[in-house]
Amino acid sequence: MGEIILQVDNLSASYRKTTVLNNVNFKIRKGSLTGIIGPNGAGKSTLLKTILNLHPALTGSVRFFNQPFQQAKKRIGYVPQRGSVDWDFPTDALDVVTMGLYGKIGWLKRPNRKHKQLAYEALEKMGMADYANRQISQLSGGQQQRVFLARALVQDADFYFMDEPLAGVDAATERAIMNILKELKANGKTVMVVHHDLQTVEDYFDHVLLLNKTLLCHGRTEEIFTKENIAKTYGGNMRWMGENREYAVHSVE
Amino acid sequence: MSYTFWILLTASLVGLSCGIIGVFLILRKTAMMADAISHTVLLGIVLAYIVTKEVSGMAMLIGGILAGIATAFLVQSLHSLQVQHDAAMGIVFTTLFAIGVILISTSVGNAHLDVQHALMGEITFIPFHTITLPLIGDIPQATALLLFVLVVVIVSIIAFYKEWKLTSFDPALAASLGIPVLFMHYLFMGLVSVTTVASFDAVGAIMVVAMLITPAASAYLWTDKLIIMIILSGGFGVVSSIVGYYVAAWIDTSISGSMAFTTGVVFLISFIFSPKHGLIAKRLKPVGQM
Amino acid sequence: MLSILWNSNTGWVLLSTMTLGIAAGAIGCMAYWKRQNLMSDVLSHAALPGVVIAFLLLGEKNLLVLIIGAAISALVGAFFIQWITTSSRISEDSAMGMILAVFYGMGIMLLTIANRSAGGNQSGLDSFIFGQAAAMVRSDVVTMLILAVLVLLIVFIGFKEWKIYLFDQQFAKGLGLSIQSMSTLYTVVLVTTIVIGIQAVGVILMAALLIIPAVSARYWTQSFQMMIMLSALFGGLSGVSGTLISTMGNGLPTGPFIVVVGAGFFMVSLIFGKEKGLLINYIQYKFQQKKQMEVLKQEGGRL
Repeated sequence: MGEIILQVDNLSASYRKTTVLNNVNFKIRKGSLTGIIGPNGAGKSTLLKTILNLHPALTGSVRFFNQPFQQAKKRIGYVPQRGSVDWDFPTDALDVVTMGLYGKIGWLKRPNRKHKQLAYEALEKMGMADYANRQISQLSGGQQQRVFLARALVQDADFYFMDEPLAGVDAATERAIMNILKELKANGKTVMVVHHDLQTVEDYFDHVLLLNKTLLCHGRTEEIFTKENIAKTYGGNMRWMGENREYAVHSVE
Repeated sequence: MSYTFWILLTASLVGLSCGIIGVFLILRKTAMMADAISHTVLLGIVLAYIVTKEVSGMAMLIGGILAGIATAFLVQSLHSLQVQHDAAMGIVFTTLFAIGVILISTSVGNAHLDVQHALMGEITFIPFHTITLPLIGDIPQATALLLFVLVVVIVSIIAFYKEWKLTSFDPALAASLGIPVLFMHYLFMGLVSVTTVASFDAVGAIMVVAMLITPAASAYLWTDKLIIMIILSGGFGVVSSIVGYYVAAWIDTSISGSMAFTTGVVFLISFIFSPKHGLIAKRLKPVGQM
Repeated sequence: MLSILWNSNTGWVLLSTMTLGIAAGAIGCMAYWKRQNLMSDVLSHAALPGVVIAFLLLGEKNLLVLIIGAAISALVGAFFIQWITTSSRISEDSAMGMILAVFYGMGIMLLTIANRSAGGNQSGLDSFIFGQAAAMVRSDVVTMLILAVLVLLIVFIGFKEWKIYLFDQQFAKGLGLSIQSMSTLYTVVLVTTIVIGIQAVGVILMAALLIIPAVSARYWTQSFQMMIMLSALFGGLSGVSGTLISTMGNGLPTGPFIVVVGAGFFMVSLIFGKEKGLLINYIQYKFQQKKQMEVLKQEGGRL
């Protein structure tokens, strides 16, 4: 197994008066594909955001590649939830993917042909080449998600964080995304994915991280993803994932 | 050059600068910040007048920028202290505006600045206050200021085009790519402020909001390409200004009011007839085709 | 002293700004919970064309007629915002900004025409629109008071229903309340408050009277009832103090002073408010952090 590239110690975070993450500790090794699993409101998105400095931590420390976040930033790719942007924005799919390169292009320079080519190749990889010039509001949910994935690919990061990339997408998109994730892993990249579908966990991830306000267990899927641990995570009450609940919790996150 | 020429040129410059900046106001969902800033800029102008004791373009511009950025900063801070965003805006701009009005009524007096003038603008006086510039010759002061601001606006939009696009579309990704999102926000608010200050003389505080938001919203209904939206919006701004001027001359009424009203007519036409997102187009297209 | 106050016009003006402050404070709480703070700003601007049209039709300045004109025009503005947001890709804040500025522009066009026409300039239409509490005469004040009391009555009689309507519309529907008619009534009440306030503080500052007291009150209580009471109190106090300050000098405007006093209340509430003021928040954050540290220490001891 690879070296440790993410070390999270005593991480806690809160929204207003409620603590949503409590004393989380774990290490991630290079080349792993980890699913973050837990009921709604367990703090999965918050965990990602806190690790990536998008949400303030109450306590604790996070180190990437043995460096603080600011120095490791260039090697990290983040795929936010699809709903976090306005898809009516006047731009096309290729342009959104090119945005992933803006950090590399630098100030005062425009994306050139080489950048467009890279972006196009990433779209192609996601099976979206035909839609390169399509206005983004005319894409289906699954297609939008693939555009986001393509954008993450062009960033060419070493470590990817994805927030529910499989939520509300069609079966073809789900397959395409999972193929890419496995390819990333095969190329020595590390991926952490917030995931909500318990049925597919064993097929998709080699590691799981069970979370409910605090870290319950973390390790290789075949060892950790057991009935007892799942029951412990979900409080033995699977009906908790009812639709209303989901809505209520998402608005908090 | 004739009196009407200067008025039309000034009005077109207002339409153009406001139209261009307005696109990003719409896309960043900060349209109401334009309303807030256009009011607080008054305080900046009053303070600049109190400090320099003269009505000078540059001092007003600097005062306006500072007031605009202060507004953005105060709104942002109140919001981060968990005040609802629109409530934060409402509190900040009304208070700063009130302070501006009080200052005018006490220390400055009505001689050089008056509230009503600032609110409504008076484009008909613009050709009378000229300055002499090298190469160009005599040019109305307000027009020169607008030209300068237009150049600043265009240069900043072009120079940071991809940064504006990314921070407007997906600020979270922008932040993770190392683009200073907050700095870009304040830079943008600064641009809105200079545009507002420069347009003040011509159209006043409230009508400048119409020039900022309405042409951009109209353009948003015609296209799905950012660059075309910017060009269209600038064009709509210019057309509204010129048509507005002639309408006002025709029925003999306030020019700035008429310009604002014309932007509304342009929007109404777009809202109904735009082939992409207009009402009629939506009726004709089957559901699910959008 | 007191008798002089009551016999002079100042007494009437004080009474009206106080009542206005109370009404605006109470209604402002409803706007706050509907998350429509800036809507009041838009509606007060959108009222302008209606005021001028009412004046042009009638040919004289009759407060009640102007108010009706203003209300119709503001309601049309509100309808347009609703229509634009629901049937196009334009977001709500853009629609609000447009309606505010375009209606205002139209109002200024009409106002210029009205002022040009015979007697328009002397009618005091300008002072009605830009707010000049000192210019109010006794009959204006009486009209204003009646309307303000009416508005307050509507709020207090249906207090329970308003509460449910604002917090949980689904539940309200389940109880058999008509959301449609509650919404209409809410808009009418809001518009009425705005319109009676315009003469005292002007179209631009009217929004402040609705927003500032409500947000300030939020810092002191978790109860809706208390919030309305406090907000009305802050509004009334701002009205009275602002008016008194403005009478101390010659030609001082009333509206701006009311707003600045209100902003003072807000600052105090923001810092010292008992529910979510900065001070209490900071203390709670530190407490939470300390608690977390202790938990860690204990666990560290166990390991």
